[in-house]
Amino acid sequence: MAVLGTSIRRREDPALITGKGRYTDDFSSPTMLHAAIVRSPYAHARLGAIDTSAAAAAPGVVGVFTAKDVEAAGLPGMVPVGWLLPDLKVVAHPILAIDTVRHVGDGVAVVVAEDRYQARDAAELVDVEYEPFDAVTDPAGATAEGAPLVHADAPSNVAFDFELGDSESTEAGFASATQVTEIELRNQRLIPHAIEPRATIADYDSSTGKLTVRMTTQNPHVHRLLMVLASLGLPEHKIRVIAPEVGGGFGSKIHHYADEAIVAMCSMQLGRPVKWIATRGETNLTDAHGRDHVTKAAIALDADHKIVGLRVDTYATMGAYLSTFAPSVPTFLYATLMSGQYDIPAIHCHVVGTFTHTTPVDAYRGAGRPEATFVVERLMEEAAKEAGLDPTELRRKNFVQPDQFPYQTQVALEYDSGNYEPALDRALEMVGYDDFRSQQSARRAGGGKQLGIGFSTYIEACGLAPSAVAGSLGAQAGLWESAEVRVNPTGTVTVYTGSSAHGQGHHTTFSQIVAEKLGIDVDAVEVIHGDTDAVQFGMGTYGSRSAAVGGSAIWLSVDKIIEKGRRIAAHLLEAAVEDVEFADGQFGVKGAPDKSLGLADVSLQAYLAHNYPADLEPGLVATTFYDPANFTYPFGAHIAIVEVDTETGEVELVRYVACDDVGNVINPMIVDGQLHGGLAQGIGQALWEGAVYDDSGQLLTGSLMDYAMPRAHRLVNFELDRTTTPCPHNPLGVKGVGEAGAIASPPAVVNAVVDALSPYGIRNIDMPLTPEKVWRAIAAANGEGSE
Amino acid sequence: MYPANFDYHRAGSVAEALDLLGQNEDAKLIAGGHSLLPMMKLRLAQPSQLIDIGGLSDLKGISAGEGSIRIGALTTHAEIAASAELAEGCAIVAEAAAEIGDPQVRNRGTIGGNLSHADPASDLPGVVLALGGTIEIVGKGGGRSVAAADFFVDLLTTALGEDEILAAVTVPTLGAGTGSAYLKFEHPASGYAVVGAAAIVTMSGGSCESASLCFNGVTATPLSADAVGGALAGGSADDAAIDAAVDSNLSVDDPLSDVFASGDYRAHIAGVYAKRALREARGRARS
Amino acid sequence: MKHTVRMEVNGTSVEKDVEPRTLLVHFLREELGLTGTNVGCETTLCGACTVLIDGKSVKSCTQLALQADSMSVTTIEGMATNGELHPLQQSFWDHHGLQCGYCTPGMIMASAGLLSQNPDASEEEIREGLKGNLCRCTGYQNIVKAVKSAAESM
Repeated sequence: MAVLGTSIRRREDPALITGKGRYTDDFSSPTMLHAAIVRSPYAHARLGAIDTSAAAAAPGVVGVFTAKDVEAAGLPGMVPVGWLLPDLKVVAHPILAIDTVRHVGDGVAVVVAEDRYQARDAAELVDVEYEPFDAVTDPAGATAEGAPLVHADAPSNVAFDFELGDSESTEAGFASATQVTEIELRNQRLIPHAIEPRATIADYDSSTGKLTVRMTTQNPHVHRLLMVLASLGLPEHKIRVIAPEVGGGFGSKIHHYADEAIVAMCSMQLGRPVKWIATRGETNLTDAHGRDHVTKAAIALDADHKIVGLRVDTYATMGAYLSTFAPSVPTFLYATLMSGQYDIPAIHCHVVGTFTHTTPVDAYRGAGRPEATFVVERLMEEAAKEAGLDPTELRRKNFVQPDQFPYQTQVALEYDSGNYEPALDRALEMVGYDDFRSQQSARRAGGGKQLGIGFSTYIEACGLAPSAVAGSLGAQAGLWESAEVRVNPTGTVTVYTGSSAHGQGHHTTFSQIVAEKLGIDVDAVEVIHGDTDAVQFGMGTYGSRSAAVGGSAIWLSVDKIIEKGRRIAAHLLEAAVEDVEFADGQFGVKGAPDKSLGLADVSLQAYLAHNYPADLEPGLVATTFYDPANFTYPFGAHIAIVEVDTETGEVELVRYVACDDVGNVINPMIVDGQLHGGLAQGIGQALWEGAVYDDSGQLLTGSLMDYAMPRAHRLVNFELDRTTTPCPHNPLGVKGVGEAGAIASPPAVVNAVVDALSPYGIRNIDMPLTPEKVWRAIAAANGEGSE
Repeated sequence: MYPANFDYHRAGSVAEALDLLGQNEDAKLIAGGHSLLPMMKLRLAQPSQLIDIGGLSDLKGISAGEGSIRIGALTTHAEIAASAELAEGCAIVAEAAAEIGDPQVRNRGTIGGNLSHADPASDLPGVVLALGGTIEIVGKGGGRSVAAADFFVDLLTTALGEDEILAAVTVPTLGAGTGSAYLKFEHPASGYAVVGAAAIVTMSGGSCESASLCFNGVTATPLSADAVGGALAGGSADDAAIDAAVDSNLSVDDPLSDVFASGDYRAHIAGVYAKRALREARGRARS
Repeated sequence: MKHTVRMEVNGTSVEKDVEPRTLLVHFLREELGLTGTNVGCETTLCGACTVLIDGKSVKSCTQLALQADSMSVTTIEGMATNGELHPLQQSFWDHHGLQCGYCTPGMIMASAGLLSQNPDASEEEIREGLKGNLCRCTGYQNIVKAVKSAAESM
């Protein structure tokens, strides 16, 4: 009854398809109050007097608070950063602005009222004096002489200056090269747009001193810890953070935001539960954004078209403050991926992190890896073109070969396993590459809409690990995961996991792991997550880590259960422990087929402890804190085919084919679903999405009227297949799939558009490839005005 | 997301609605609410009173008359898109209505609300203008008709008085010799028209009797390219003639501009879509 | 001043006094406790709040509760009958048409509206018919598959 590796339907769905799933906003109580946060309309201003009297007198209002009240309440009141690079400029980030506002949306006051309409009414009555100043929004421009400073204590707006790799050997590689291909890229700023806006309900009970926070979080324990250390200062055991159903995160619900601390403060002040639900406009101004890099990169080839060097210089903005894990994203999650799938002897990556008067930037689906993959795969495409090679040929010549694993890159990572050509071969077969090229030629001869094909042979690194390494790189947290597996007296199982699903289907896949190993029905397993009072400490769900790290913790706990069960069974069956074997849910004795006990028989005895081994504790519970030995390294080959209307610049995605290798697969249906979603986001980045600020720091794409999300009618059915190279260092052999689609697809799509336009000599167009940009590139190539 | 407070009155008749409208200069009419409520939720509009005319059956429905089709102001975009009378007699209105927003928006939004809001990026104004449609307006003193060309005054501004109600739109019935097409370049975020080209071509014995071309989305009010139509009349309206007529006669002054599409680009797209829409319309004309 | 609104919701008559500005979605969620209908944006562009009014799909965030007076409203909670899932609910489950589930009620209600108008919708028509609903998780592929499959079984 193998259940591992099968597409069983999701166990979380019956509640969600009937409207019974309960998200944060679905919780209410008769005494609940509603908060509205007053936010700065300016990107950069000195904060003057705040007159709250009219708001306080408005109908239904029970409290109005500003930074002064945070101080008066004795709260630490700071939003922390959880990743410290060497020489990182750590700047203060108060939960409500003191003296200065640094981005549009910076909170300056909060109004609490009996209902949410009244709170919004009164928020409009808070009178705030601002003295506006010039702002800076460009990641690179921030360091220019005379640029307005975001923080007085961060000269030149530099947050950090980071290097990885070896500049000397890289320069030597370039000096020896026969071809050097350079490219300038902009990886535009994105807004995550989980469909459920961020939300918090805080409920402080002064009689017990306990604060319960129900919130949209991907990692409740991390949120609790950061509240303890930086924003609220309450004792850790007196805060309970609960993640109810969470409507998507994509990174944006990892971070500790000012908002949840503000709401908690309101509840502590007022002694009643307080709810805050962000409007979409608020989430767009305050959810940590993603990407926003400006990069110059170059690749050097020798006469045999082997890569001899790769050089990358990037400006990455942090926005106005350092968000929770922001410093790690354009550094250890970016520079480390610059070897791609290729055997590159010399790499140097230099990143300057800058402050700008913009919403903070942090992990967003892929977090650093999409940016790196974009650099590497765009370079490969352009280098192939310059060398006169088919883009697949240059890749093949440089793939790390199967016998090279484990492969030590020049940028810290050691790839544990991989086999890159079969995935590319399969993707080419699926797409019908030769046929495509002849269709393309025919189109070119005929004029009109042009076809293009683009490739991305990507690698990513999931399940950041081990903790000691993460710590040495600046992480202020461990990156293991925990699981407690409890076999109940009647033989059913309850799993307590530190992973915190928000759409990934853990209830299903984690149940599959347990059911497979214990030989029980999936429905006999319950998975509990997302509650700091129920679950032992956990690190949460992000970075495609939950199956590889969280799932492995469950696996190992079940191993411990089986081990203890064997000892109990041996006692009951009067056999030697080494003779007791566990298979198909039965503890049997070698050579004695009539002697066996079911899991329920053993678990009952474990709790009765009447007839029981003297040296064993009662109970059948096992806990594991699993700290992986290494990252995992999913890879694959993605191919996009696009059609470009050269009269208008409109790009239509025609086909999207991918062959991924994510290691062993627990539930193929869920794995495919993760890929679909990631692809939509990556294709969205390539073609439609982008946050745009004007020079004064106003977000011009602050609503869905202007920020273009992927919609059903603009996407295609993705054609997917897999190769399987199991991860060698975790018990499940899984690698992670949550981000692969978002990592692989942007360069595939951009490469396809550039390929379609190659007869015009167009080498690059910045994402998103809006019709106007494509049209301007064509017009410039035709000599009709400047780009 | 949370509108400011207002008083609410449900009008039982057009006369009552006009009375209420006359009593409060800050009052707004609401029917489908799909132009007004989005503004109120963002507090960009804060009327002190809403007069709900959604129940007034006098203002609903599509009726084909002699040479024209009358569309009541409260007719929804979905009803227009699905109308057999329009499909038969003036297909371009249905074609454009089917391009508005999405199914949910079309189920609630009405042609009266759409035209009186006069969003330049909406899909119906340019079509009604290209058709030479007429807007029927009622006020306390009685009714009046305004030609579409005189109705759209400026950005979000029409000839409708503050105490008047848009009652209906009348468009001509198009004969078999007339083909029409509405071609939309959709904004990928909002779904509004970056450019919406409405073309109507009447062919007779292989030659173009008349043509008209209007745009949504390009300028602050629907743009009528009369010179293009004039240049096509009397000629063959073949592809080359269409290209020449557009290239030589289409001029766009003060095009709209936003993050997604600059004014220059809009003007360029207007030209490309004009040609495509005119070809499509000519192809649909049975001469 | 509050006004009385009467409507039928999921087959049950309700009557409540509401502020005129109360949006239908807030009426459903807060007055009636029907929290299955979600809010995802404020510009009528995400579709998470889609319900049926007199059988037609409508975004309940762009509708005053008072505008639905004397109408019949169906929410996700009203889709299953006698404990049996609606074919769309079943199909979304069977085909993994949801991940985080937040857009799902609106997606199912929009699909119900679509199939009531066009029972044999093609894949392209389904994609066009769902253009008013955003999903950030699924890339729409399995949603489209689910709707197509439900259409075939209905």
